[in-house]
Amino acid sequence: MKKIILGLILFLLVAFLPLGYNIYTGKKAYIPVIKAPEDKKECVENVFIMRKRHNIVLEKWRDASVRHGIKKYVSLNGTYKISLTGTCLGCHSDKTQFCDRCHDYAGVKPRCWDCHNIPDKVAEK
Amino acid sequence: MKIILPFFTVVLIACLVYGGTRYLEGHILFGIIVPYICFALAIVGFVVKIVKWAVSPVPFNITTVCGQQKSLNFLRHSPIESPASRCGVFFRMLFEVLFFRSLLRNEKVELYGKERRLIYGSDRYLWIFAILFHWSMLIILLRHLKLFLEPIPYWIIMLQNLDGIFQSHIPPVYISNVLVSIGLVFLFLRRLKRRVMYISLPSDFFVLFLIGGVILSGMLLRYVYRADILLVKAFLFGLIYLNPVPYTGFGTMFYIHLCFISVLIAYLPYSKLMHMAGVFLSPTRNLRNDSRARRHINPWDYPVKEHTYEEWEEEFKDALKEADIPLDSENKG
Amino acid sequence: MEKPDEMKKAIDLTPKKGDWMTPEVELKKGTYCYGAPLKHQKYLELPNQREWQPHDVDWKLPENWKDIILDGMAKLLKKNRAFKLFMDICVRCGACADKCHFFIGSGDPKNMPVVRAELLRSVYRRYFTIHGRILGKLAGARDLTVDVLKEWFYYFYQCTECRRCSVFCPYGIDTCEITMMARELLNLVGCNIQWVVEPASNCFRTGNHLGVPPHAFKETLGFALDEIRDLTGINVEAPINKKGAEVLFIAPSADYFASPHWYTLLGYLMLFHEIGLDYTWSAYASEGGNFGLFHSAELAKRLNAKIYAEAKRLKVKWILGGECGHMWRVIHQYMDTFNGPADFLEVPVSPVTGTKFEHAKSTKMIHIAEFTADLIRHNKLNLDKSRNDNWKITFHDSCNPARSMGLLEEPRYIIKNTCNHFYEMPENTIREKTFCCGSGAGLGADENLEMRLKGGMPRAMAVKYVKEKYGVNMLACMCAIDKAALPPLLDYWVSGVDVCGVHELVGNALVMKGEKKRETNLRGEPIKGDSKDTK
Repeated sequence: MKKIILGLILFLLVAFLPLGYNIYTGKKAYIPVIKAPEDKKECVENVFIMRKRHNIVLEKWRDASVRHGIKKYVSLNGTYKISLTGTCLGCHSDKTQFCDRCHDYAGVKPRCWDCHNIPDKVAEK
Repeated sequence: MKIILPFFTVVLIACLVYGGTRYLEGHILFGIIVPYICFALAIVGFVVKIVKWAVSPVPFNITTVCGQQKSLNFLRHSPIESPASRCGVFFRMLFEVLFFRSLLRNEKVELYGKERRLIYGSDRYLWIFAILFHWSMLIILLRHLKLFLEPIPYWIIMLQNLDGIFQSHIPPVYISNVLVSIGLVFLFLRRLKRRVMYISLPSDFFVLFLIGGVILSGMLLRYVYRADILLVKAFLFGLIYLNPVPYTGFGTMFYIHLCFISVLIAYLPYSKLMHMAGVFLSPTRNLRNDSRARRHINPWDYPVKEHTYEEWEEEFKDALKEADIPLDSENKG
Repeated sequence: MEKPDEMKKAIDLTPKKGDWMTPEVELKKGTYCYGAPLKHQKYLELPNQREWQPHDVDWKLPENWKDIILDGMAKLLKKNRAFKLFMDICVRCGACADKCHFFIGSGDPKNMPVVRAELLRSVYRRYFTIHGRILGKLAGARDLTVDVLKEWFYYFYQCTECRRCSVFCPYGIDTCEITMMARELLNLVGCNIQWVVEPASNCFRTGNHLGVPPHAFKETLGFALDEIRDLTGINVEAPINKKGAEVLFIAPSADYFASPHWYTLLGYLMLFHEIGLDYTWSAYASEGGNFGLFHSAELAKRLNAKIYAEAKRLKVKWILGGECGHMWRVIHQYMDTFNGPADFLEVPVSPVTGTKFEHAKSTKMIHIAEFTADLIRHNKLNLDKSRNDNWKITFHDSCNPARSMGLLEEPRYIIKNTCNHFYEMPENTIREKTFCCGSGAGLGADENLEMRLKGGMPRAMAVKYVKEKYGVNMLACMCAIDKAALPPLLDYWVSGVDVCGVHELVGNALVMKGEKKRETNLRGEPIKGDSKDTK
């Protein structure tokens, strides 16, 4: 009986662990905010597509550029040069302020930087 | 009937959510009210069920022994299959809960050939697919913790990366997603076998379809109808800190996924799914086989009518005398 | 009755379409046991007494029988966690299905342990769970009707409480426990069987199942002593109700009244004489077995009480128990709880070897196989294995000592030290996976013979296998019901294999001080070298 109660309490503790955890870390109301570049109005696609599917767009870019040698991307917003460092980072210049904030929050680890240099780090060197 | 009815119940749930959120502005109902009610039902139901089990005592030590008892020191005792110590019980339960030890023993019996010979064969398919299914479910559950924790602990990221180690697509296909589907499909197909079908109830299929619905909607949410994961996490934080914000930005698939999970957890305490908690309490597994070394107490034990020696001697006095068996009553006198 | 081949051919392990929800039961002669006679119901003061037979159309149930059952069920759920748990957590995976000897032998789908339990579960769901009340048949719930009750009677008296299914169940659901609960409920409305209630009543009155009164008890032991004298030329004693003896010896009553149990009795007596054990039999507690266990926990406790009471009265130090199956379930898992604590006894110590049996330090009763194996280990017995050379032996683990106790190696150790030719049956059929004889838990009635033969089929087939492979002609076992049930079973399925107790082998091999040259074994059969067919 004692053991069962103990087990039950343990279960409830685990079930409600997230509640305490976020309070402990002080992030219970945290929502990442990213700054859109002030001088540009639109990204390569409109913002709804970019929020959910930028990973897929980037995958397409990679395949197009690296595997097929295509260097131009045409969308409703215009024509863009396919380049992570050039085009993307051209506007969103700060990786930690832009990419990482959301990726950390969502627990996503993109593998962009396996090959690409992080501009700041290059600069530091 | 056993299959069709539960199937359409699950489809109906999906349709309700679809219709509700598409046409009737049901975001609050399906995004907030239903999850709250279901979560409450789940927690209360779970606790009540466990307490109900707990208040009934275990009157006798009824261990099912599966190995040599601890008796003479020159005979090799089987410490886990016939545990005589707490440690033995711990490992027995560990193997039972984590690795389905008893199911691993499974074998099948057939009457073979013209002679109808009785033969035994190992039958571990159920074990393999049950392991695949349950472990994948656990990993998926742990992965989903990232939606409830901020900052996300490193081990969850590690687990997720390991799970998605085959980076064939973006987003990566999780191994656990594939395996859980395989496991579930097998468990479903197995139920169609005549003998298992005979013992199956509609609720057995309902659970399968419901979990299938959770898995399918979850995968669609990841690979096809993508949800904005930032909003999802923020929304869930709102839910768990009782500060729900009715977003309307999610696609229908998100609400379907959320409602399937809600129904599943609400249904859990009232269904056979309670085996996940019950297995810990099973008296044939969690007791020591030491009932001759340590007295097991029955809390409701009561005196019963016995036939005492004195009564017996009185009844058989003549017979005892005839047989020259000494009598208590005469020796005393 | 059908020929074995035909019986086997008729078995279909794949059920017909449909399910078990419709209660229907055909009480076919040969597959059920008769109702308990009024006389014995009266003697035990059982509830709702009446003359009654299962094949009667009207079971003369009390008017409020439904309330009695449901009320009883509520009480049992409160008293027993295992019952409650096993009602709730089965996932119907079917791993237990082809583990039951009655299912394998009969192909009757309601004999799958999962369905057997569902028969009870369906009523539990209907009256004790919310979803069952609301959803009814959809949730697998059934109303409690007379047909359901009849089905209970038929199938819960078609389970030998052997616990084989519980070894394979991933949650340890034990059909034995469920059957026990169902039988408790059936008892409440007076549906008992003769083969359980009559022995229990006899045992309550005379001290043993067979109803042997004290003078006949003494006489029969006397016959055994005579036989031993003829065989060995040695005068052996068998003290009865001797106060102050060191050990109280308790055996199943069949050992001194049935064959081939008889030879096991001779084995005990010779062994005790040879080691000079200071022991006593009891005419009051002249039964180790306990048919109360197959009826209700209360009756089991009532019958079991005698053992400790007698040990206390005779002022012995500890208790030794003979070869029996369910007797050891009771002694190992129930006795101390029922009628303990046995604080008036001492922890058993072998007077010959000095071994302290710590594993029985609370119950203070040890199994004779434990005792004898220890003697052999310490070289205290002079054994001539060749005296058992008539036989090629295999060993049948009895359900209860195997799965409720873990007594697996002791008997094997004894057999290997008393016989030259020992062969194991296939591993799926021995030790914790052993198959029941098909007649346990009070089902050994003659009128139930067909079902017994079906249920014993898997065991018999395993014996047939070793007979054909190694020429096995003797099946050793350690259970009184086995010794009674296996000979007709083997006659039917195998033929040419006899049944003996382990201590019969000890008795044969034991070279006693001062014995004359033995011409025959305990059965009076010439010891090897003679070409005459044995029996």
